[in-house]
Amino acid sequence: MRLSSKTTTLLALAALIALAPLFFPSSYYFRVGSLIFVNGLAVTGLVVLTGYAGQISLGHAGFVGIGAYACALAPVHLGLNPIAAAVVGAALSGGIAWLVGRPILRLKGYYLAVASLGFGALVSMVLANEAQVTGGPDGMTVPDPGLRALLKSAGLDLSNSAFWYAFSGIVLVIGAWLALNLYHSPTGRALRALHGSEVAARTVGVDVAGFKLRAFVISAFYASLSGSLLALQNKFITPDVAGYMHSIELVTMTVLGGAGSVLGAICGAMILTTLPQVLTVFQEYEQVMLGLVMMLVMIFMRDGLLPSLSRKIRGRGK
Amino acid sequence: MSLLQIEGLGIDFGGLRAVHDVSFSLGAGEIVSVIGPNGAGKTTLFNMISGVYRPEHGRVRLAGEDVTGIEPHLLARRGLSRTFQNLQIFQAMTVLENAIAGHHLHEKGPVLADLLSLPSSRRRAAEAEASARMLLDRVGLGRAEAQEAGSLSYGALKRLEIARALALKPRVLLLDEPAAGCNAVETEEIDRLIAEVAAEGVAILLVEHDMKMVMRISNHIVVLDHGEKIAEGAPAKVSRDPRVIEAYLGPQVRETADAHG
Repeated sequence: MRLSSKTTTLLALAALIALAPLFFPSSYYFRVGSLIFVNGLAVTGLVVLTGYAGQISLGHAGFVGIGAYACALAPVHLGLNPIAAAVVGAALSGGIAWLVGRPILRLKGYYLAVASLGFGALVSMVLANEAQVTGGPDGMTVPDPGLRALLKSAGLDLSNSAFWYAFSGIVLVIGAWLALNLYHSPTGRALRALHGSEVAARTVGVDVAGFKLRAFVISAFYASLSGSLLALQNKFITPDVAGYMHSIELVTMTVLGGAGSVLGAICGAMILTTLPQVLTVFQEYEQVMLGLVMMLVMIFMRDGLLPSLSRKIRGRGK
Repeated sequence: MSLLQIEGLGIDFGGLRAVHDVSFSLGAGEIVSVIGPNGAGKTTLFNMISGVYRPEHGRVRLAGEDVTGIEPHLLARRGLSRTFQNLQIFQAMTVLENAIAGHHLHEKGPVLADLLSLPSSRRRAAEAEASARMLLDRVGLGRAEAQEAGSLSYGALKRLEIARALALKPRVLLLDEPAAGCNAVETEEIDRLIAEVAAEGVAILLVEHDMKMVMRISNHIVVLDHGEKIAEGAPAKVSRDPRVIEAYLGPQVRETADAHG
């Protein structure tokens, strides 16, 4: 039986996540791994928004911030379990995305980029300034959801970092599965159609504004859950997660890895999460090298790292 | 009763009268062509009828319902579909997917079902795919289905656009220069296809520069010049109309005569 490209992608991703720990020399690598998965989740949402629907957002860290602070605030104020708080955060992010998306998705290209940047700035300002509620720039602690204790009582005793590695890895695979389902579905086709030609999409009956909004809301869910995962595993959160630098990092990961491909964008998340650690050998030139790598990839591999490489390999196979 | 009724349609672009007071109607199974020199306002008229532009004057009625200025995707739901003079193909998709995309209104469903790839979502997509394959066969692109659309020839892309528009199962089909850039064989294929579709009861509005084709397949011709309707009627009548000859056919006839003389 021939496997579909969707199944192959998911199997490759799951195998990578499951087997990588065999080569981890220390628990520090679990930490880096789960950070990759957290970023990979937000980036998968951006694949839906940017890669499928062709819309840009420079404010998605705003939703990451909402998801992260939901896990810190809802347990204190509403007495919710932090996992339930993540769901509430995602619902809130989706609702806000729906409200914000309606006016700003009418804009195109760099107008949309600036408007979404403004949204992200707004969220991070609120989180930094409402110190009585959010702790301000000093941040907040996030309670433990008790999942690891639950596993332990069931007989599976994982270290803290190994547990969060596994948990975020599973969430990422589910997130990738949903995004890949969407790609080949009627909704995904409508999104890719309006990306290709808005006027033609309209004439075949696609409600362009409605579908852009759907992509925006879906990507906000992903960003919000990414923020929640980050908050839960760090057990501490500062307004920096919602900052514009984080928004731009997420977009850079998406585009560098390949916005049109879920696996590519996750590779982008992996590279940009680990590269700064690898490049520390260049010491004070670290940032320079990072910038250089990004420029070179974009100049020579415009479709992103993974799609460009796989095309080259396939081209040679012929 | 006429399926599409155009009543006194008009629009200005920054003081320039692009189209002024144009009226005509189109019945089921009829082929009506809009002709006129370059810049006569043919594509502007198309854009107003198909909801891309909002007309400033006049009305568009579809099967009696006033649809003036409503959005293209709502017109699509009411059975009006179109192709474009400058191709509007989904370049990054395969030929098959372009044809499936034309089935949007038939295949769309809840987003959640699509995210989870529920059987209902897969069934909708599979039905659209089967129908898309038949349409591709019909326009002679069956064997190209797996190719990226961007790699097709111009004439093939024109046919792909027609297939995509037909996927909607339209009652009214607007074709903007379907044979432009096609060779004689391709033009004949498109010609035959249009006649077939009309024979099934679809009302067809055509903009085309190929006069031989227009004269051959139209039931009725509307002539525009400087945004105004200067004549209409059966092909034989229009081609003899002195105003039409003067405004449009005149120079061409003289050129042909000169070439032969």
